[in-house]
Amino acid sequence: MDDEAKFDKFRECAVEVLKVEPTQVTREARFADDLDADSLDLVELVMALEEAFEIEVDEAELDGIETVGQAFDLVAGKVA
Amino acid sequence: MKLAWGRDDVPEGRAVAVTGMGVVANCGIGADDFFAGLCRGTAPASNRVTGFDETLWFGPKEARRIDRFAQFAIAAAVMAHEQAELDHPLDADPDRSGVIFSSGIGGIVTLSEQFGVLQTKGERRISPFLVPMMMPNAGAALVSMRLGWRGPSEAAVTACAGGTHAIGAAARLVASGRCDVAIGGGAEASIVPIAMAGFKNMTALSQEGVSRPFDERRDGFVIGEGAGALVLEDLEHAIHRGARISAILAGASSTADAYHITAPAPGGNGAYTCMQLALDDAGVAPSEVTHINAHGTSTPLNDAAEAEAIEKLFGQPGPPVTSTKGVTGHALGAAGAIEAVASVLTIANGVIPPTVGFERAAPDMTLDVVAGAARPFSPGAVLSNSFGFGGHNGCLVLLPPPAGS
Repeated sequence: MDDEAKFDKFRECAVEVLKVEPTQVTREARFADDLDADSLDLVELVMALEEAFEIEVDEAELDGIETVGQAFDLVAGKVA
Repeated sequence: MKLAWGRDDVPEGRAVAVTGMGVVANCGIGADDFFAGLCRGTAPASNRVTGFDETLWFGPKEARRIDRFAQFAIAAAVMAHEQAELDHPLDADPDRSGVIFSSGIGGIVTLSEQFGVLQTKGERRISPFLVPMMMPNAGAALVSMRLGWRGPSEAAVTACAGGTHAIGAAARLVASGRCDVAIGGGAEASIVPIAMAGFKNMTALSQEGVSRPFDERRDGFVIGEGAGALVLEDLEHAIHRGARISAILAGASSTADAYHITAPAPGGNGAYTCMQLALDDAGVAPSEVTHINAHGTSTPLNDAAEAEAIEKLFGQPGPPVTSTKGVTGHALGAAGAIEAVASVLTIANGVIPPTVGFERAAPDMTLDVVAGAARPFSPGAVLSNSFGFGGHNGCLVLLPPPAGS
């Protein structure tokens, strides 16, 4: 899966869980400010991403994640 | 409304006006449709609330994060708040504005779904929103958040008496001067297999699936769902801002049977004392009561005990009695709140809705049950009863608004 396909999949999860428009899900978008997502929303998003990409993300790995780009890199790095 | 009993040195509380009503029920959403549904004389096709358009009150993300019971709570509270502000803004200090909201069970729709997730996908997939969605205080919390009210926000969790207790407690917040305005209400959405099985196996549900309060063929309740809410306001405050006053909440009582976890005390003694206390709180004599909105669940035990208590306190034939559960079914923690709304509307319309399902009086009861069609009456004091599993009793006394308001 190339990065573009991965990001499309990531976007689908974010749209479904956070109920945002696909165009809002850009690498620069900040979860709190741009996507109205709090820490519980992020936990739910990560669950969806774990299922979609068949990966596991530890809670500790979410520390400091503020943007879609950061979260995507974390996920993409785990996908073989 | 009293602030203390048996004390001459404690003054009476402030008078409490009802200035807004909201309701979500199977027979109608909003006060007008609801009351028309109660007076139609037939039970709706479903005991569920149909046609609840969540997009009227919630964005898509919010709707996903709020259990059905709390959605009903917010919808009813917002409707009540909008009605209170129809002519003039409430103009109340948010720190002196409170919410007491009941749920008997809480977010069991969400809890049931998440049990399924636990079994099929394991604990790592349990929603981080499970706890805030299932907690019975979610209704109270979300109503406070929605309105920005920072006074007391609490949940009354007393099973089938919860809605009545919530409204009584909210009224007392206003009477005591702690709040100038408070919303009292109750919400329930528990028509799910696990809850149904529990009620069925305790033999509380009607096997026929028909609610027949006070009828000799009654064989249990039909479970209902929905929410009711009242805006309760310091009468002076309401008059000062030119609010429309629908009724006065004059008395509220709360007692325990201290007898059995599900069966009512013999002879309806708990119900008797609770009704007496509510009338005393309101300064109303039994002979002045013009109508009783009964708990009337349609279970053999409740209706017999309640009828006995009413006959003992009010004599025979006593004031006309109705149980709106013939239409709504029993919405547990929402029931008392839905019935408080029904009682206010009964006063406002000068018409008592009929007890749908009641056809043949039980031979041991002499109650004047309003049956068949709605009955016009001259509204005076109206008593609303709720008696919950656990032996929790609650009563409210409502009066017509002062002349000229």
